Amino acid sequence: MNILPSLYTRRRIINAAGLSVSVLAMLFGLFWLCWILFTLLDHGLPSLVPAVFTQMTPPPGNSGGLLNAIAGSLMMTVVGTLIGTPIGILAGTYLAEFGQRGWMAPVTRFINDVLLSAPSIVIGLFVYEMYVVRVRHFSGWAGAFALAILVIPVVIRTTENMLRLVPSTLREAAAALGAPQWKVVNFVTLRAARAGIITGVLLAVARISGETAPLLFTSLNNQFWSSNMDQPMANLPVVIFQFAMSPYEDWQKLAWAGALLITVSVLTLNIMARVLFRQSATTH
Amino acid sequence: MDIEIVANPKMIIKNLNFYYGNYRALNDINLSIAEKMVTAFIGPSGCGKSTLLRTFNRMYQLYPKQKATGEVLLDGKNILDPKQDLNMLRAKIGMVFQKPTPFPMSIYDNIAFGVKLYENLSKHDMEARVEWALRKAALWNEVKDKLKQSGTGLSGGQQQRLCIARAIAVKPQVLLLDEPTSALDPISTAHIEKLIDELKEDFTIVIVTHNMQQAARISDYTAYMYLGDLIELGETSNVFTNPKRKETEDYITGRFG
Repeated sequence: MNILPSLYTRRRIINAAGLSVSVLAMLFGLFWLCWILFTLLDHGLPSLVPAVFTQMTPPPGNSGGLLNAIAGSLMMTVVGTLIGTPIGILAGTYLAEFGQRGWMAPVTRFINDVLLSAPSIVIGLFVYEMYVVRVRHFSGWAGAFALAILVIPVVIRTTENMLRLVPSTLREAAAALGAPQWKVVNFVTLRAARAGIITGVLLAVARISGETAPLLFTSLNNQFWSSNMDQPMANLPVVIFQFAMSPYEDWQKLAWAGALLITVSVLTLNIMARVLFRQSATTH
Repeated sequence: MDIEIVANPKMIIKNLNFYYGNYRALNDINLSIAEKMVTAFIGPSGCGKSTLLRTFNRMYQLYPKQKATGEVLLDGKNILDPKQDLNMLRAKIGMVFQKPTPFPMSIYDNIAFGVKLYENLSKHDMEARVEWALRKAALWNEVKDKLKQSGTGLSGGQQQRLCIARAIAVKPQVLLLDEPTSALDPISTAHIEKLIDELKEDFTIVIVTHNMQQAARISDYTAYMYLGDLIELGETSNVFTNPKRKETEDYITGRFG
């Protein structure tokens, strides 16, 4: 075979050029990510003293901690996840297993995709109008509801995708034994997609951990310790918002510590989700 | 074509047509399945053998675009009748697929799953049934110490025998096997062929196979299909040594495939 040297060389050059551009783009993205992480660690790590975990948010000029904010964020995240996850899993199961005929499934899927990309501030305003204004006060419950509305579309999407990954022969094998569809879904299909669905829930939790806008209109903030969900609740994102833009240095230090905490927890959740999913993939 | 009736038919298929959307995959099939015998469907890829098999337990009804017309009589009753309870039908007609499909649960639960659907057995009776099924499938000795372990941890041949044990544990009347050994190595294949020979004492068996030699080895009756038509049905020894139709002879002698 006669290979034309000029064509070969041209191909090599184009290949090298494409590879270089891709690597440069990746390095560009990585550079900013590393800079952000470095800045967070640089400013946040020295401020991450034990007091952060034991004392409440202080008035300006005093030292203190973030305990009420951490607790509040934890409570609202947990409640929001507990409300949103069952709804999401049930809806995702419907879309994947029962929605082959009729119009309800495609319409639901479309609405879900819209909700998935809805700006979270709109969700916050919605809960404000529907609930906060009616009861005339901010509360942890309102915050949890807003977070639940953010959890639902993520869980629906990942549940449906994970269920679709289960091979149809597995469903057929269960149906061939005479199992009614609800038993096939419950005992075989959902079980087979278990790890993927849990991963989806973890990713949803990671998403809501850092949301600020919806909480601004729903739980607002609280200077003191509050475990009463019916009252305004302290939470990390809004505290960071408030403290970072203030002129007080100890407030700013606490804001950095809070930002570092959120970043580390989101990072941990994402890593856990990946490890869990990879583990389950290798055992099958 | 006239129905070719075998002695003691368990199932009689009359004028069966099958459609994937607008595409007709089975053309006016008439045949019968002998009771407690092994009937093999052979033919080249795409001839409709698996499609025909899947009408016997109405597996196609999981998919909206597929439909069948005609009659499939099991002991005289038409199972294609919309009034026929699908799940009860599938409890009487079991199926094993080409790819082993263990459920994501323990070996014990895999077998017990089907039985629990229609029978209320005491724990002791259930354990006895699980052991019976695993012994029949020639898997008991290999798994008796690890019944609580996941079914997905077994080898391919063991998983397929698990699926067979799962199918026979519910004591169906008919067993449908869709190319059960095509994904297995020769040793596992030999195990399962021996198994089929023993199983036909209790169950009517219909097997789809790509492997002509397998059909010749284990079946009593063979049906040759081509492009959605049933070309010939007869006793295996006759079909392979003295086929009535030229098309059958061409396929058997390997003139095409």
